[in-house]
Amino acid sequence: MKLNRKWINEEFVDLSQVSDKEFVETLTVFGQKVETWERMDAEIRNVVVGRVLSMERHPNSDHMFICQVDVGQEAPVQIVTGAQNVHEGDLVPVALHNSYLPGGVHITKGKLRGEVSNGMLCSFAELGLTQNDLPGVYADGIWILEPDAGKPGDDINPIIGNDDTVVDFEITNNRPDCYSIIGLARETAAAFGKTMKHHEPVVHGSDAGSIFEHLDVEVPAEKLCNRYTSRMVANVKIGPSPKWMRARLRANGVRPINNIVDITNYVMLEYGQPMHAFDYRYVSSGKIVVREAEEGETMTTLEGTQRELKPGMLVIADETKPIGLAGIMGGLNSEIREDTTMVVFESANFDGTSIRQTALALGMRTEASGKFEKHLDPMLTVPAVQRACELVEMLGCGDVLDGMIDVINYVPQPRTIKLEPEKINHLLGTNISREDMVKYLSLLEIPVEGDDILVPSFRPDLIRMADIAEEVGRSYGYNEIPTTEFKTATQGGYSREMKLETKAGTLCRAMGYSEIITYSFVSPGVFDQIRVPADSPLRNALKIQNPLGEDTSIMRTVALPSMLEILGRNNAYHNKAAKLYEVAKVYLPQEGETLPREPKMLMLGTYGAGETFFTLKGELEGIFQGLRMKKVEYTAEKNNPSYHPGRCARLSVEGVDIGVMGQVHPLVAKNYGIDSEVFCAELNFTEMLNRMLPDATYVQLPKYPAVSRDLALVCDEAVTVAEAEKVIAGAAGKLLRDVRLFDIYRGVGVPAGKKSMAFSLELRADDRTLTDADSEGVIQKVLAALAEKLNATLR
Amino acid sequence: MKEQLESIRQQALAALEDAATPAALEELRVKLLGKKGELTAVLKQMGKLSAEERPVMGQMANAVRAAIEEKLEERKATIHAAAMEAKLAAEAIDVTIPGKEFAIGHQHPMNQVLQQIKDTFVGMGYQVVEGPEVELADYNFTRLNIEEGHPSRDRSDTFYFTDDDSVLLRTQTSPMQIRVMENAKPPICILAPGRVFRKDEADATHSPMFHQIEGLVVAEDITMGDLKGALIGIMRKIYGENAQMRFRPHHFPFTEPSCEMDMQCHKCHGTGEIDGQVCSTCHGEGWIELLGAGMVHPTVLENCGIDPEKFSGFAFGMGLERMAMGRLKINDLRLIFDNDVRFLNQF
Repeated sequence: MKLNRKWINEEFVDLSQVSDKEFVETLTVFGQKVETWERMDAEIRNVVVGRVLSMERHPNSDHMFICQVDVGQEAPVQIVTGAQNVHEGDLVPVALHNSYLPGGVHITKGKLRGEVSNGMLCSFAELGLTQNDLPGVYADGIWILEPDAGKPGDDINPIIGNDDTVVDFEITNNRPDCYSIIGLARETAAAFGKTMKHHEPVVHGSDAGSIFEHLDVEVPAEKLCNRYTSRMVANVKIGPSPKWMRARLRANGVRPINNIVDITNYVMLEYGQPMHAFDYRYVSSGKIVVREAEEGETMTTLEGTQRELKPGMLVIADETKPIGLAGIMGGLNSEIREDTTMVVFESANFDGTSIRQTALALGMRTEASGKFEKHLDPMLTVPAVQRACELVEMLGCGDVLDGMIDVINYVPQPRTIKLEPEKINHLLGTNISREDMVKYLSLLEIPVEGDDILVPSFRPDLIRMADIAEEVGRSYGYNEIPTTEFKTATQGGYSREMKLETKAGTLCRAMGYSEIITYSFVSPGVFDQIRVPADSPLRNALKIQNPLGEDTSIMRTVALPSMLEILGRNNAYHNKAAKLYEVAKVYLPQEGETLPREPKMLMLGTYGAGETFFTLKGELEGIFQGLRMKKVEYTAEKNNPSYHPGRCARLSVEGVDIGVMGQVHPLVAKNYGIDSEVFCAELNFTEMLNRMLPDATYVQLPKYPAVSRDLALVCDEAVTVAEAEKVIAGAAGKLLRDVRLFDIYRGVGVPAGKKSMAFSLELRADDRTLTDADSEGVIQKVLAALAEKLNATLR
Repeated sequence: MKEQLESIRQQALAALEDAATPAALEELRVKLLGKKGELTAVLKQMGKLSAEERPVMGQMANAVRAAIEEKLEERKATIHAAAMEAKLAAEAIDVTIPGKEFAIGHQHPMNQVLQQIKDTFVGMGYQVVEGPEVELADYNFTRLNIEEGHPSRDRSDTFYFTDDDSVLLRTQTSPMQIRVMENAKPPICILAPGRVFRKDEADATHSPMFHQIEGLVVAEDITMGDLKGALIGIMRKIYGENAQMRFRPHHFPFTEPSCEMDMQCHKCHGTGEIDGQVCSTCHGEGWIELLGAGMVHPTVLENCGIDPEKFSGFAFGMGLERMAMGRLKINDLRLIFDNDVRFLNQF
């Protein structure tokens, strides 16, 4: 919401002695945050009034003149102009040497076809003005100023109304009253501890008749229209509005149009009450009906667009057709024209939510709809329409008819709140006297009678003590409230899950993986991209009904696609390698539950030189060890369609699945634009949390030496390391402390279809040094078992 | 004989001095002191001497042997030292050759900032909690005093899963206030960071998914002065003890009184300009908005079964991305979710 300071100073509370910086800071800390502010004269510098003393033809040009111009200096300056509308004696705007015009235009002296020109005579457009600001002024040449506009040398800025500061406020949702000059004036006065001036509109009336002879208003849509107030003006003379009104409109970013339209806009700015003026000629049968649009109805709005209307949208209609889109924009069919003679002023209070939804549906938020959607004060309609009529009389642009039509569909609910100084001080942590509180409230025009605060209709946000505390607090000054330290018996910290998540992150980074953050929503296409079967329960994902786009329309049930997307993107960026991890939530709908489960997945992914299944597996082992996981078992997983059927393992702890790892299926990798090998692990972190070892306790270090024995076994290709280890461990008994694969060999000396696996066994007893016979006994048992169960022989 | 011994001594010492290798030394040792060595040969003549001369010559011979042995040891040590030096010199490496590469991973910059904030709050007595991202409208809006028809509930702002708009992606971390107060009795002192979602197209300053950090304190006799003290204290731990803060009234449906907290711009020190130019850090405002806060709205307390006559509290919320971008000088929000390793590796 914009505000020009001069308007406030001239009409409501004179703060002309307050600097802009102080003004802005005071209002900001009072609760009306200033978003931006600017001096209107900031752009135009060193442009003055000049009087053309003499003109002569340029010797080298058939259309230019050489002017001697009095600019208030000792001697006239010479300026060359090509304009044809300038005469000796005219007052004109002169951009002197080293002057600035809007848009950063810098004017310096120079020569025009050999003749010195010490600046430039300006058109109004060059000063940032439009024909709307200067009705009747010749547009195609130099702006000839009124003879009394000023004297040579005067700064042009005050003459065009630029001696002003425009402040733009961020108005919070709870303060619809502040979408008006009066509302902001009230805040301004209170912020500076001053009382503001009020003006009660006075309408004298005329002998042109009564509104009731001409107009009838019906409001069938009573739920969507709280109040509809109307007055009429006859014998209207359309013309430009006066300079002071145009200046205020311009400062607030409103384009002046004509007196009647300008009045409605002026009142909207001043009171915050949107108004509309209909040309009575086009109100068929003199009847205004405020109703919902009918199916299939259309209307062309003021700016010329035909709108398809729907039931639920509120329109202002006459007997036969819509003539305005309530609270948003008038209809083209009833707009004010040059020859309009009779006008209906509408000052209504429409339902804010309905207006907002209609504006949204039609894609046309306007100044008016923006105000209505904040839920305006229904008490505003009468003062606003009175003010409009007063301005009509003041401007002499018509005769106001007697009477006012005021349809009221709401019951005013005056509210009182108890003034409870102790409670207010207790909430704020202050010691403000009751007298001061009453003073603060009265500055905000909130009356107090006895212990009762009489909430004014323009402050619907004041409901209970806490709301009053805010008014008192901000008047006292938030920054004046003493800061204190509270003591509670709470102890800060993290949950076990969070601590382990932090630890898992640290371990992943220690293994060289960097953390990523990916969107929780993905495209439904990801299931095909990672080759999830059509009947997979993973496809049962939560669907966003109003997504930004297809790509972000479902909640992921699997973390792999997010990782692959990022790996693919890095690959596309020509990053030679990437090692990435994320603790990523997935969202799993639950039968019979309103909300999904949101387990966390620990997702790792990598590509690049040197990455293999076993580097990833080794890194996972390190992470598991760091987390103190119980023993993780790996089994070949041939049927996960996202992974290479021969290079994928299912991970489990105590028989419970905790995830999958392996080389991503080449077709899947290709779907993400990667031709090289990609390795990923998807671990159910929430499940892993349940599979941790208890905290470690010390185990006695061995007293007796261990014996190491190596065995190279020849067996069928199909025999896995895990199978061999299991047989070895089963046969060796409790003397076996460790078994470790150290080589696999195929080639000379090993028959085709077989392989040699070399294991190192560590044998040890806690109570003695093992003899050769001890270890030999174990080895023989192991070899016998290997031969029997795996058909494996010593190489 | 005396001359002989003296001659052996002098020649031996000279020869030893010239010997440059362990092998040459050994050769000399055998030649001089060995069983067939020069000194032995001289000593064999001792028998020919008189009884008076013998001890004198014996003594002299021993002295010569001692001198030779001493020189021998000295030369040995010198030669070994030289050999060691030569070996070490030969083993010299170019220490500027890069080390064996072992790249550790990087924590995402946003989470680095988040971790610091969380740790700071934990140190002040806050328990960190997490909650669902797919949330009920009841928690995200209704019980937070955000009425039906409020613009933030529009389908143009909030993602919904159901026709009746009852299930949504949370648009703020504030529903955690309700979830915590529903289940715990005061005193409550929690911090709830997490993902939130709003229907904004991704650009340099917007993202449909971003992060907030919510805080809530509820106990007896909590005042706005406590809110100020707590937030100033914590923000000074994060931004430095000299950081200047201010509070401005603001509006949130679930707090009353409400405020926003600003920090004086550290670049221009609140003046809004540097060398006559508008300060680029605070865009000329002189202040940088840090967070929104307020006293928990009595209606919200009631909605959670907490008696507002007995208990009061404050809540606050801040945007993590904004904070992280400011601190790490990241100029485009999209970089955060792009996850380019060249970006991640910078932090």
